Amino acid sequence: MVAEQTSNDQTISCVELTKIYSGKRESKALDSVSFSIPSNGIFVLIGRNGSGKTTLVRILSTELEPTSGEVFINGIDVKNESDKLRERIAIVPQEARAIPWMTPAQTVLSYLLWRGFSYGEAKRRALETLGKLGLGRHANSLNRTLSGGNKRKVLVATVLASEAEIIFLDEPTTGLDPISRREFWSLLKEIGQRRFTFLTTHYLEEAEELGDRIGVLDRGRLVGLGTLDELRQRVNYNYSMKLSRGVPLPHVTRGEVVEGRDGTRVLTTEEEAFAISRELSRGGYKFTINPISLDDIFFYLANRGADQVGN
Amino acid sequence: MGTRAEEEEEEAGGSLEEKIEISPLHVRKRSMLSQILAGILVNSVYEMRNYPIVLVNTVLSPLSFLLLITFVSRGALLGEAVEGGLIMSMFSAGMSLQADLSHLKNDFKLQDMVVSSPTPWFSYVTGIAVSEIVYSLPALVVLGILAAYFVHTTEFGVVELLLVLFLMFLTSIALGYTFATLSSDIVQSFAFSRLLSTLFSTIPPVYYPITYIPLPFRYLAYLSPTTYAAELAQNATGYLSLQRFMILFDWVVLIGVTAVLLGIATKKARWREA
Repeated sequence: MVAEQTSNDQTISCVELTKIYSGKRESKALDSVSFSIPSNGIFVLIGRNGSGKTTLVRILSTELEPTSGEVFINGIDVKNESDKLRERIAIVPQEARAIPWMTPAQTVLSYLLWRGFSYGEAKRRALETLGKLGLGRHANSLNRTLSGGNKRKVLVATVLASEAEIIFLDEPTTGLDPISRREFWSLLKEIGQRRFTFLTTHYLEEAEELGDRIGVLDRGRLVGLGTLDELRQRVNYNYSMKLSRGVPLPHVTRGEVVEGRDGTRVLTTEEEAFAISRELSRGGYKFTINPISLDDIFFYLANRGADQVGN
Repeated sequence: MGTRAEEEEEEAGGSLEEKIEISPLHVRKRSMLSQILAGILVNSVYEMRNYPIVLVNTVLSPLSFLLLITFVSRGALLGEAVEGGLIMSMFSAGMSLQADLSHLKNDFKLQDMVVSSPTPWFSYVTGIAVSEIVYSLPALVVLGILAAYFVHTTEFGVVELLLVLFLMFLTSIALGYTFATLSSDIVQSFAFSRLLSTLFSTIPPVYYPITYIPLPFRYLAYLSPTTYAAELAQNATGYLSLQRFMILFDWVVLIGVTAVLLGIATKKARWREA
């Protein structure tokens, strides 16, 4: 499959993208990943730890060379035109930290200087951005004195203050408390309205809340891609029942049973779900029943070893 | 001054309701000087401004050996020790570069952010390298004043000394950058840094003439480029009298080592990981 790209393309396209880390033990982080998504709104890539999310982001953001395959962003060849692409992208990597001996203003200012802005313009944009993100009062405090959420905001402010059209955020909310995370979502939604945001996370509710499109990566393979509705349609069931450990598994005629460490999950139809719930209620067993969520879709696609998207 | 309500709104990120776009996105001419300035600010100016205690450390570090040598020699080797302090300051710049590049890359992921931006590797490394000189400025000023008082030489000697110091700086940053690409975490990086500092600036006769070292060990000292730098500096300021052939040989070695190390550093520059 050969990708033909023009500078008018507003897509991110990967063709048979593979990354093998060589070393004492060779490991395949990405396995022939192919997809094409429009480069607007927010794209959220979900997957377990080690599924290849960070590897994919690092390749797209020109930090890492793929072993094979082709990647294009808005018609720019990521492998061979990395300098051209770097003019248009910005990233906050996983585990990035605001330097503790600097202030938010200094952090944003210096990043803009690295992007080649003049000192005056960089300073103006830095203060303007920090003000818009509610960090104006902390602009001259040391980063080490800020809360965890504000430290993350400082990092996002660096890329937001830049002229980049495409922003990569690798697990930006990991480690934040639930309230800070939700505050952060408002910020990310705003960013996504104006610039294409490629976000990775292992919080499924985050993907559900933010993603205009969602990709599911499992063991280096893309097993799901689409809007939340499109992903729901792939599962074929509309209800999810969660049974605690020890609850006897009822007879399921139409559905999918997924065994997990915390119990059993039954994905099934509405009719079957109510039949099972009546049976379990008679036995006095505890269970939950809910419309299918991204969490269920993720378990379904990942545990089923679904066929890779795009191949 | 804003009202409490405004402050609360700002704290809660209320201004997000407004347009978050900062300024129109446009392509401009990017300034390499800005990119170099960023490295200088992050790695030296901001650290010194926000944590002034580091200034004391940067002054004391090269002065400690100078004082030791001066006291032990009862002042006889003060001039050599001042020159040694200058050479060590320049050489330490590269060793610090190695540790700092590794620290910024592995602990803050700063290099990853910069790689995915329009910054070329040369601007990034140059900025951090110059920041090491800025960081050493307090020590260099003190040593410069001492040199002006206690080291007597001709104008040509001063030029020669400055050239030696510049080559020492280039050698050390090339060495530091090469080792920074090899170290994957800060502990490994500091281990390299300490090892190189000991091998190249403490063991070789930087603070005293090479003639103080017994002959069999003298040959070992010649394995270090800092020995050639010290010999040339001491010769330029009259503390050592080298034959013309030895002066030429020392220059060839110093320039050759610098060129080779810069070549290796350029080749090893891994801006994008394979």
